[in-house]
Amino acid sequence: MSRKPLIREVPPTTWYFRHPRYLRYMSREITSLFVGAYCVLLVCGLGALADGKESYEAFLLALQSPLSIAFHVAAFIAALYHATTWFNATQVAMPIQIGENFVPGSWISGAHYVVWALLSVVVILLAGVF
Amino acid sequence: MKERLIRLEVFRYNPDTDTEGHYQHYEVSCLEEWVVLDALNKVKETLDPTLNFRWSCHMAVCGSCGMMINGEPRLACHTFLRNYPGTIRVEPLVHFPVERDLVTAPDDFMEKLKRVKPWIIRKDKQPIEQGEYRQTPKELLRFRQYAMCINCTLCYAACPEYGLTRHFIGPAALALAHRYNQDSRDQGRDERQEVVATKEGVWECTFVGACSEVCPVHVDPASALQQMKIASSFDWIKEHLLPGGGK
Ligand code: SF4
Ligand code: FES
Repeated sequence: MSRKPLIREVPPTTWYFRHPRYLRYMSREITSLFVGAYCVLLVCGLGALADGKESYEAFLLALQSPLSIAFHVAAFIAALYHATTWFNATQVAMPIQIGENFVPGSWISGAHYVVWALLSVVVILLAGVF
Repeated sequence: MKERLIRLEVFRYNPDTDTEGHYQHYEVSCLEEWVVLDALNKVKETLDPTLNFRWSCHMAVCGSCGMMINGEPRLACHTFLRNYPGTIRVEPLVHFPVERDLVTAPDDFMEKLKRVKPWIIRKDKQPIEQGEYRQTPKELLRFRQYAMCINCTLCYAACPEYGLTRHFIGPAALALAHRYNQDSRDQGRDERQEVVATKEGVWECTFVGACSEVCPVHVDPASALQQMKIASSFDWIKEHLLPGGGK
């Protein structure tokens, strides 16, 4: 008897509508666009700084526009979401075995959150917010 | 014991007569504590002997009864009817060719499994008289979770990367590579890296994590893949950035 298996193609552009977990994955991936856009913004800031005082001040002024503030809020939320998904993943990606047992996953993710909080405080202090 | 009329919507495909699949409805009276596999068996015994599906152990051990149940890759012997109040849609595992009805062709998975060399490789084989290669419980625990795989391929049906990119070695086979890499008796990591640390291997994985969500025995293949990515990155750093190639 000859075989005639049925091939079912996966829709290449709409596959992520097939299951809620794929949509969750896509939302995580999309947040990286904001992170990328923010990097571009920082590079623009550096460029303005290199161009001299006037252009840097114009850049700072532009940052205060409502559009820029809306972008910052959106980018902040996206970065938070992106970071938490990765920190939660560290516990499976970097298990630590001490003796026979593995360190509880929550400790590994928790340590990342602690380091994140500390670094954020340092950055805020360096930025002269307090 | 409570009985209930179960309505099943089952994917059918007959390679001798069909060019595409279609759905067939069945209604069977089942005990509330039965699993989907019991319902399918009752359909086959009492309504339609032409219905094809695979199973063997009925206890989530053999890995042969994987199918899509209401769109989710699951073991039919491990899916209780009591959790499904409405019509239950049963389809063959996605991402695999359908041989007939609910039976899929696992050939591609089998090929890929072989490519990661899932056996103990020794560079210095010791003579039999020296006895077995010994291992402590601690060393066993480093890989035991990954040795639990029952090759049910549910993770392949869950993985969109595998569905879209056929050359991807995929979750279970890569997790098994990790299982042997983590084994203190094994010395074959270098050989496996030729398949693992490539664009067909772990670098094709974008960490959707679906494999780990559907695995019925909690192998957590996604964790194995991420661990291998980290280890492969360290290899690269050693080779390219450290003096003497880290040798
Ligand atoms: S890793 Fe889990 S889901 Fe994948 S084949 Fe093995 S047992 Fe099945
Ligand atoms: S019949 Fe063996 S796993 Fe379901």
